[in-house]
Amino acid sequence: MDQANKTSAPAAQLDRADTRVRHDEGIGGWLRSFYDRVRSGDLGMIPVIVGLLLISAVFSTLNPVFLAPNNLTNMLFDAAAVGLIALGIVFVLLLGEIDLSIGSMSGLASALLGVMWVQFGYPVPVAIAGAIAAGAIMGLIYGFLRNRFEMPSFVATLAGLLALLGMQLYILGPTGSINLPFTSGMVRFGQIYIMPMWFSYALAVLPGLLMIWTGHRTRQQRAAANLSSTSMSVVILKAVLLSAALLFAVWYLGKGRGVPWMFGVFVAFVVVMDYALRRTKWGRSLFAVGGNAEAARRSGINVKRVRLTAFVVCSSFAALGGVFAASRLASSSQQAGTGDVNLNAIAAAVIGGTSLFGGRGSAWSALLGVLVIQAISNGLTLLNLSSSLRYMITGAVLAIAVIVDSLARRSRASHGRA
Amino acid sequence: MAEGQRKTVKGELLLSLRNVSKQFGAVTALSDIELDVHAGEVVALVGDNGAGKSTLVKILAGVHQPTSGTIEFLGQKVTLSDPGKALEMGIATVFQDLALCENLDVVANLFLGHELNPWRLDELQMEVRAWTLLQELAARIPSVREPIASLSGGQRQTVAIARSLLLDPKIIMLDEPTAALGVAQTAEVLNLIERVRDRGHGVILISHNMEDVRAVADRIVVLRLGRNNGVFTPADSHEDLIAAITGASDNSVSRRAARKMESLGE
Repeated sequence: MDQANKTSAPAAQLDRADTRVRHDEGIGGWLRSFYDRVRSGDLGMIPVIVGLLLISAVFSTLNPVFLAPNNLTNMLFDAAAVGLIALGIVFVLLLGEIDLSIGSMSGLASALLGVMWVQFGYPVPVAIAGAIAAGAIMGLIYGFLRNRFEMPSFVATLAGLLALLGMQLYILGPTGSINLPFTSGMVRFGQIYIMPMWFSYALAVLPGLLMIWTGHRTRQQRAAANLSSTSMSVVILKAVLLSAALLFAVWYLGKGRGVPWMFGVFVAFVVVMDYALRRTKWGRSLFAVGGNAEAARRSGINVKRVRLTAFVVCSSFAALGGVFAASRLASSSQQAGTGDVNLNAIAAAVIGGTSLFGGRGSAWSALLGVLVIQAISNGLTLLNLSSSLRYMITGAVLAIAVIVDSLARRSRASHGRA
Repeated sequence: MAEGQRKTVKGELLLSLRNVSKQFGAVTALSDIELDVHAGEVVALVGDNGAGKSTLVKILAGVHQPTSGTIEFLGQKVTLSDPGKALEMGIATVFQDLALCENLDVVANLFLGHELNPWRLDELQMEVRAWTLLQELAARIPSVREPIASLSGGQRQTVAIARSLLLDPKIIMLDEPTAALGVAQTAEVLNLIERVRDRGHGVILISHNMEDVRAVADRIVVLRLGRNNGVFTPADSHEDLIAAITGASDNSVSRRAARKMESLGE
C-alpha cells in the first residue's frame, strides 16, 4: 500500500500525500471549507456580524441617531476601556479559569490614578504605572492562590471582587470622587484626541497589504519546503474585502469626528497580544494548559507559571482599562468599575469567540465582542431606558452568548473538532 | 539531550536494571528486579494486576525513585530524579491516556513544550519535521493541521508515539498502547512498534494482551508480585507463559483451557 502510494505520486507535496482528504483549492474551495467549519460549530466571526447587523437594524429604527458618525465615534471611545478589560480576561478564559474581579480591579486602578495624580501630585506616567503594577500584584495573588492552595479561581476572584471594591472606596475617602483636570492630555486622550484622516486611511489599508505580503512570503517558503499553501487568490480576496470594510468604516467615521486615538491604542494592544498568543511558545502553552493541563505538564510545560502569567496579564489589562475609563470620564469615582463592567467584559470575550470552557479563543475576540456589547449599551442609552431595564437586557445578552458558546462546543465535539 | 548524543549500535546494551527495589511504606512493590534493554529490540513487560509493571514504568520515566538498586544507562550509573531528566537522557514514555491536547493540531502536539524558536514559532520547520517523522513511521494522518479531536483512536496513538520519537530517544516505553484500539488499529500500532524497533530504538512494551506481545516482542519479561518470574521468547508455549504470570500451572486460566480441550475432544 505504502509502495503503491509512493509510486503513484512521486512528486506529491508532503501534506498532499493522503488521497482520502479533500483538499480545497482556490476561492470555491475556501468557501466550501468555510461552510463546513460553520456547520460543525466553528462559528468564527458570524455571531459578531449577525449581532451587529441585528443591533444596528433595531436601534437605528428606534432612534436614527444610533448610526450617525459622531455617535459611532463616541461608541469607539467608550469601547476602548471595556475592550482592554475583555482583552485581559481572554487569557484567563483560555485556561478555563475565570476572573470575576476585573471590574473592581479597573475601579481600583482608576481610583489609584486619581489619588496618585491629583491628590499626591505624581506625574501621570508614574500614576499609570502604579495602577498597572497594582493590577499585576493582584494577578500574582490570584495565581498564587490557585497554584498553592488549588483555590478555584471563581471563589478567589469573587473574594477579590469585594476586597478590591473595599480598597477602592477606602482610598477614595469620604469625598468619593476625584475630578481629573480637564485640560490635561490624559483627559483629552479619553475625550478629544482623534487620529488625522490620512493616518486613519493609512492604517485602514495596512492590514490588507500586510496580509498580501505575508501570504506571498509564506507561500514561497512553503513551496520551498514542498508544502501546499492557500492560493494567492484567496489571500487577495480576503485582503480586498478587509481593506474595503476598513476604508468604508474610516470614511464613514470621517464624516463626523473620525477615529479616536484611544481606540487605536486598544487595537494596537490587541495586535500585540494576538501575536503573543499565536506565535510564541508562551501563547501555545496557554492553549495547551486550557486544553489538557495534565498533558501539558507531562510535555514539560510549567503549568503553574503559565497560570500565574495569565492572571497577571488579565489583572494588568483590567487595571489599564480602569485608567482608560478614568480618562474617558475625567474622574475617579466610587462608581467606576461597578455595575455591569465585569460582565460586559466577560460577555464581550465570549461573544467574540473565546470559550468559557478553556482552550479556544483569540485576542481579536475582545475587539469584536466589545463592539457588539458597546453597541447594545450605547443603543439602550440613546433610548433613555432606565438602568433596571439595561441590566436585564445585558444579562440576557450574556446568557445568549454563553448558550451559543455551549451549543457550538457540543456541535464541534460531535463533528470531531476541539 | 545533554548526554549520549552518539549513535547507538543495534544490539548494544542500552539500559540495565540490577536489584531494583521499591517500597511504598510497608508494601514492597518491586524487589530485586533485573531488566536489560538492547538497541533494536522489543522487550515486553507482562504480569497480572499488581505485578509492579506500572511502578517499574514510573521509575524508568523518572516519576518514582527506586528505594535501592542500580540503573545503568549506556554503561553509566544514572539516577532518574524527575520526568525531565529521563526525557533528556533519552527515555521517552507514551502514557496509557496518551496525554494529548485535543484542541491543538498535530504539529502543536508533537512539539508541545519543545517548540522551535520560542519567540517566533517556526511553524514551517515544525510542519516539515512533523510530516517527515510521520512518513518515516508510515503513519496515516490525513492532515497535521487538524485538531487532535478529529483523529481516530489509532491515529492519536500514532501521534503520541511520534511525539515520543521527536527528541530521538534511545528507549521508548509504551504503556498499554493497544488497550483502547480496534483490530485494524491495533495492527497499525504493532506495525509502528516494529518500525520504531527497526530504526534502532529500544522498546519496552507493557501489555495485557498476550497476542500482541507474542506478535512483536523479542523477549517477554514476566513480573509476578514485584519479582522477576522468568524471561520468555514468543516461541515458548502459551501455558508456560500463563503459568509464569499467574504463578502456578493449576489456575483458573489453565483449568479453563483444559475444559475447552476436553469439550473439543468429546
